[in-house]
Amino acid sequence: MRLSPDGIILWQHGFLKLNATIVYTWGLMSLLSVGSILITRKLSTDLQRSRWQNLLEIVVTAIAKQIEDVGLSQPRKYIGFLGTLFLFVAMAALCTVIPGYVPPTGSLSTTAALALCVFVAVPLFGIAEQGLGGYLTSYTKPTFIMLPFNIISEISRTLALAIRLFGNMMSGTMIIGILLSITPFIFPIVMTVLGLLTGMVQAYIFFILATVYIAAATRARKPEPEAVSSP
Amino acid sequence: MDSMTIIAVASIVIAGITTGFGTMGPALAEGRAVATALTSLAQQPDASATITRTLFVGLAMIESTAIYCFVVSMILLFANPFWNHVIAQAAGK
Repeated sequence: MRLSPDGIILWQHGFLKLNATIVYTWGLMSLLSVGSILITRKLSTDLQRSRWQNLLEIVVTAIAKQIEDVGLSQPRKYIGFLGTLFLFVAMAALCTVIPGYVPPTGSLSTTAALALCVFVAVPLFGIAEQGLGGYLTSYTKPTFIMLPFNIISEISRTLALAIRLFGNMMSGTMIIGILLSITPFIFPIVMTVLGLLTGMVQAYIFFILATVYIAAATRARKPEPEAVSSP
Repeated sequence: MDSMTIIAVASIVIAGITTGFGTMGPALAEGRAVATALTSLAQQPDASATITRTLFVGLAMIESTAIYCFVVSMILLFANPFWNHVIAQAAGK
């Protein structure tokens, strides 16, 4: 019973190991990059546009609208980082329809790397927006006693991001693996569909949480962000 | 009972109990969250986009604690360092 695709070693030379996680990550990267380059070769702004360009426009404007809804007033500054997070995790989940594919986000290495990217990006965007002094004083709001708790909460929510995504993806693949040995006909297909649904939801959650953290870091402290309280 | 048996029994029993107890709390909490979301949707249907999005984010946060319990169970069963150490000792003898 395999806990993660890190165990499938495809090539080894000394201490350099090529495991399934890395190969599938490269596959996803090339799929996203080559696909985007091919679709955006001839962009048109009149009413006649290709279907793929239409699809990409829908995706990009939806992501930008979500970023704006959470509270970042200039989504184009952040859409490079946040949009890529969402697209990578969503594509990693979507490709489970391909037989023989194991999502690389089912390995703690990949999810920890993504969470570390968010951990580094939040102070970067915060300092770019508020300056170094302004960002550091935000750790001492509301009172100075909260400083250690704010630091601990930064670390723990990064950990939570990594483990949440890893747990969801790993449990999906493990359930399918177990069911294939018990009832190998229809039920694994149903569980694969459920795995697709949870994969997309987890991609959205990862993206929204990263957006909320960046929004909290880039705005001057105001009482209660609008996205949390209902009218 | 030697230490190998104790480690095996403790790991298996605690793995089962962890998932069993760990999923009760989040299930109750998610039920309450969905019930409240449905009530507010019935009262204000035009805020449904915000309510639905906030509901999903809240559900994912609540789900995380259940996922933590599941991950601990899996580690106890499949990547148990104490078991690996004891097996390595037994194989080395």
